[in-house]
Amino acid sequence: MNIYSAISSNKYKTWAIMLLFVLIITTIVYVFSKALGFSLGFVGIALVLAGLTSIGSYFYCDKIVLATSGAKEISKSDNPELFRTVENLCIGDGLPLPRIYIINDTSPNAFATGRDPKHAIVCVTTGILVILDKSELEGVIAHELSHVKNFDIRLMGIVAVLVGFIAIAANLFMNQLWWGGGRNRDNDSNAQGIFLLIGIVLAILSPIAATLIQLAVSRKREFLADASGALLTRYPEGLASALEKLAKDPHTLRSASNATAHLFIVNPFKGKETKQWFTSLFDTHPPIEERIKILRSM
Amino acid sequence: MNSTLIIIAIILVLGAFLWFLYNSIVVAKMRVSEAFSQIDVQLKRRADLIPNLVETVKGYAKHEKELFEKVTEARASLVSAKGPEAKAEANNQLSQTLKSIFAVAEAYPDLKASQNFMELQQEVSDTEDKIAYSRQFYNSNVLDYNTKLKVFPNVIFAKILNFQDAEFFGATDEEKKPVKVSF
Repeated sequence: MNIYSAISSNKYKTWAIMLLFVLIITTIVYVFSKALGFSLGFVGIALVLAGLTSIGSYFYCDKIVLATSGAKEISKSDNPELFRTVENLCIGDGLPLPRIYIINDTSPNAFATGRDPKHAIVCVTTGILVILDKSELEGVIAHELSHVKNFDIRLMGIVAVLVGFIAIAANLFMNQLWWGGGRNRDNDSNAQGIFLLIGIVLAILSPIAATLIQLAVSRKREFLADASGALLTRYPEGLASALEKLAKDPHTLRSASNATAHLFIVNPFKGKETKQWFTSLFDTHPPIEERIKILRSM
Repeated sequence: MNSTLIIIAIILVLGAFLWFLYNSIVVAKMRVSEAFSQIDVQLKRRADLIPNLVETVKGYAKHEKELFEKVTEARASLVSAKGPEAKAEANNQLSQTLKSIFAVAEAYPDLKASQNFMELQQEVSDTEDKIAYSRQFYNSNVLDYNTKLKVFPNVIFAKILNFQDAEFFGATDEEKKPVKVSF
């Protein structure tokens, strides 16, 4: 996979996921309204809403992602060093200067978002600025700019918003199923029972399906971004030692969620004990040791 | 009848191929010149910093006249240089003389401590980084373009249409030197 095929496959996958999202939502709503005995008019409403969400996420995914992660935009005078680093690497990559955001959190991490290189955003935490030196920070920023250049940001941003939506919707329907499902039980109760069963299965499956989508879209692109980032700085060791430092840091990023985890350069949930079996099963990031090993062998 | 159709089809396919080829070469060429203008922007920024720097240093180290002349000269030759090769050469010259300015500054603690000088020093080193990165971008575009001209069958049409190879923006003398390790 080279960068040009990565770009076109990302654009195509973006459309596919937007469509898939509309299909999944409409199907789920259809099954639920059958199961709970609502009128099928809901399905039509769901179709329109899902379509609007899908299109809206194309244009607003960056703003939603930034809002949920609590990032603030900075200007050059706030942090000239960071700005210069981004400027330099953009010049080297032939990209327009993205807007730069900072998350006030000691957990060191970074991500990029937006819908194309002209509407791109690079975001770092204050923690990463503290622990990394100049060449390491360059490595990280180069990695993020590679996501920008490959159009990963568009796909990943849309996935973040749509996956978040599915998770919220599944929660809502689960509650509805538990507490409000007993109204018109008397007519046609057999068919309703079957639909209820499917409804429960779907409610369990939908977050998993959503997680699987995340997984499918994000592992390979981390490797590709590492490689093209290293090509940009001509110094793979910078990113390698940055990743080493990020892996060692024990802090968890508070503002990250399941929906946005795949955006970050390293998994923001590392060291979270309660969810360990789940996070390792659906890991959105390749193991850091493997990434470092590949970078060191360049 | 049939054979004329085949001939027409072949001509059409060939024409479409040539059209595509020509456009892709032109696009690559535009990218090269666009990338070069990026270097130019940075070189100009660097040249603009020099008079400021010279003025500041002069305030503290009046009698280093020879050095100032050298720097001004190097700056002038950078501004007047044409083409990647010449510009790269002039830029290296300027880098060398700038190094001696900063070396001289070591001998003047007041100068070294002055806010203005420190800012200028940072600006100069930042511009140097930017030149390095824009050079990298330019050279990778040149590589793309030159490769496009050299591969078969492009090479035939490139010759006929008289496309010339683009020049690389040279590495500095320092980068060409082998690394010396001494203990």
